[in-house]
Amino acid sequence: MGIHATEVTATTGRGRTADSEDAPLLQVKNLQVEFRTRDGVAKAVNGVNYSVRAGETLAILGESGSGKSVSSQAVMGILDSPPGFVTGGEIVFKGQDLLKLSKEQRRKIRGTQMAMIFQDALSSLNPVHTVGTQLGEMFRVHRGTSKSEAKKKAVELMERVGIPAAKERVNQYPHQFSGGMRQRIMIAMALALEPDLIIADEPTTALDVTVQAQVMELLADLQAEYNMGLILITHDLGVVADVADKIAVMYAGRIVETAPVHELYKRPAHPYTRGLLDSIPRLDQKGQELYAIKGLPPNLLRIPSGCAFNPRCPMAQEVCRSEVPPLHAVTEADGTPIEGRGSACHFWKETIHG
Amino acid sequence: MGRYVIRRLLQMIPVFIGTTFIIFTMVHALGDPVAALFGDKAPDPAVAAQIRQQLGLDNPLIVQYGDYMKGIFTGDLGTTFSGQPVTELLKTAYPTTLKLTVVAFTFEVIIGIGLGVLSGMRRGHLADTGVMVMTLIVISIPTFVIGYVLQYLFGVKWGLADATVPEGAPIQSLLLPGFVLASVSLAYVARLTRTTIAENSKADYVRTAVAKGLPRRRVVTHHLLRNSLIPVITFLGTDLGALMGGALVTERIFNIHGVGYYLYQGIVHQSTSTVVGFVTVLVIVFLLANLLVDLLYAVLDPRIRYA
Repeated sequence: MGIHATEVTATTGRGRTADSEDAPLLQVKNLQVEFRTRDGVAKAVNGVNYSVRAGETLAILGESGSGKSVSSQAVMGILDSPPGFVTGGEIVFKGQDLLKLSKEQRRKIRGTQMAMIFQDALSSLNPVHTVGTQLGEMFRVHRGTSKSEAKKKAVELMERVGIPAAKERVNQYPHQFSGGMRQRIMIAMALALEPDLIIADEPTTALDVTVQAQVMELLADLQAEYNMGLILITHDLGVVADVADKIAVMYAGRIVETAPVHELYKRPAHPYTRGLLDSIPRLDQKGQELYAIKGLPPNLLRIPSGCAFNPRCPMAQEVCRSEVPPLHAVTEADGTPIEGRGSACHFWKETIHG
Repeated sequence: MGRYVIRRLLQMIPVFIGTTFIIFTMVHALGDPVAALFGDKAPDPAVAAQIRQQLGLDNPLIVQYGDYMKGIFTGDLGTTFSGQPVTELLKTAYPTTLKLTVVAFTFEVIIGIGLGVLSGMRRGHLADTGVMVMTLIVISIPTFVIGYVLQYLFGVKWGLADATVPEGAPIQSLLLPGFVLASVSLAYVARLTRTTIAENSKADYVRTAVAKGLPRRRVVTHHLLRNSLIPVITFLGTDLGALMGGALVTERIFNIHGVGYYLYQGIVHQSTSTVVGFVTVLVIVFLLANLLVDLLYAVLDPRIRYA
């Protein structure tokens, strides 16, 4: 686990300035998470690497159970433990390994320097407190602001995320808002203390399509305005295309492909990614049967040997059942490297070029 | 809200009439009160008839009930056979019962919720198992057994508390009976709290509170507890109504002259006016306690609004 011993100078300050222009805001190295359940150990995340820079959007794509949410919960430090345990790796945020910090130190980072937006805003907001209280709580707890000052800040935040009549609505409860407005409140809450990193876990899944676009747009605007790093967790390829800079595709707790967003759509280098793209309904294929990836996602208690995708893969060979493919650097057919691309497939060349 | 309260209060009228009539009939069906007045001796028929006529017991039941209801609305709950007005009896009994209620209820809230939170937060740990076993034992044993055992141990053997409650019922002598009275409900409160805490600690909004970087203490008090206590408070409210109805068993064991004690006397002596008078007041108290719970519910959970 100590293989990635890249030395990064630790910063103790809470300032926004990174140690150097190039250092990523967040670097996850060989992260491993397991759930110790009664039925056995479920390996939810098995050696995940990714990085996010300030102002950059990383989309993590995957089915349910692929480890996309679990890995981000590990980054936030809100993993349900037990049963969840981080068993290895590093989470380097602004130069310090979060896994080496005390619980209290990590708590102080949450909300102030990194924040999270959850999927279902109705259940994720506390039903018995007004939205004003819940927004103001960020200032009250982390900044020691007075009650009236916190409420004023809450109104400002609500106006910032485009909630009409914020002054009146600040005293209302979550159930009195529409789905889109509730998600805006979640965003406002994450944004409250202007964190450097926001993790959005399927922020638009619970919303209807027209509202989805508005919420994503708002998120992208705010990100640009505050120059935040954004991790967007989703299973919706459509949501990703417009806002993400780069994509990491996860399968059975591993990243199977990474690529800049448009590259991935144009020419996937992993059969799983190709399967996902082929299963999007398209207008020009109207009337034909929609493609679906055969089989089911693997049981995390018994991940198949070799490449975890092999039982479902149309290209699977003998080697796929025995050897775990590393994340190969993907190149053009003539060997020129492509910036930011990788594929954990033994046959990536055939997939992308063949 | 105001309309809701008025509607609820109006609904109490038929409930009130129904319960009093049922109680009235049932006490009547118990047997001849005049015969009971004379104890084991058979009364002289002429004397008995005279008493019946004096007390209006020779009228048909429905007329007797009508007379009684007329009395109630003028604040007259009738007199006992010994000539004491029932209202007098209530005035002496109620303060004692209220004191006992306060003591028992305090135990219930503090220990019950405390144990529930403790075990709910540490599910599967030793503390949790301990609380579960203890509460199961308390629930399984009848109150009178717990009462007599604790009375013997604390009051007689170790002399740590008064074995019986003296006249005037000072608070410190009510601690032991209060605990006995609270014991079963306390066990239920602990279990109920444990369940809702355990259930709610997995809720999304608790995860949000953690992700906001709130200290654990604040997550528990402001987010987890507030939501978890809603069903517990419903239970406590109903139980408060029940506690104020007096405790036949506990009051007998510790010789407390409260509502339960006089009610028991009334039943034994087949004193219609005592029993009906007391039960009528208890019904009203219970109905009001229920109304209070429902209103409290709306205060605790903003999603509930009455119109």
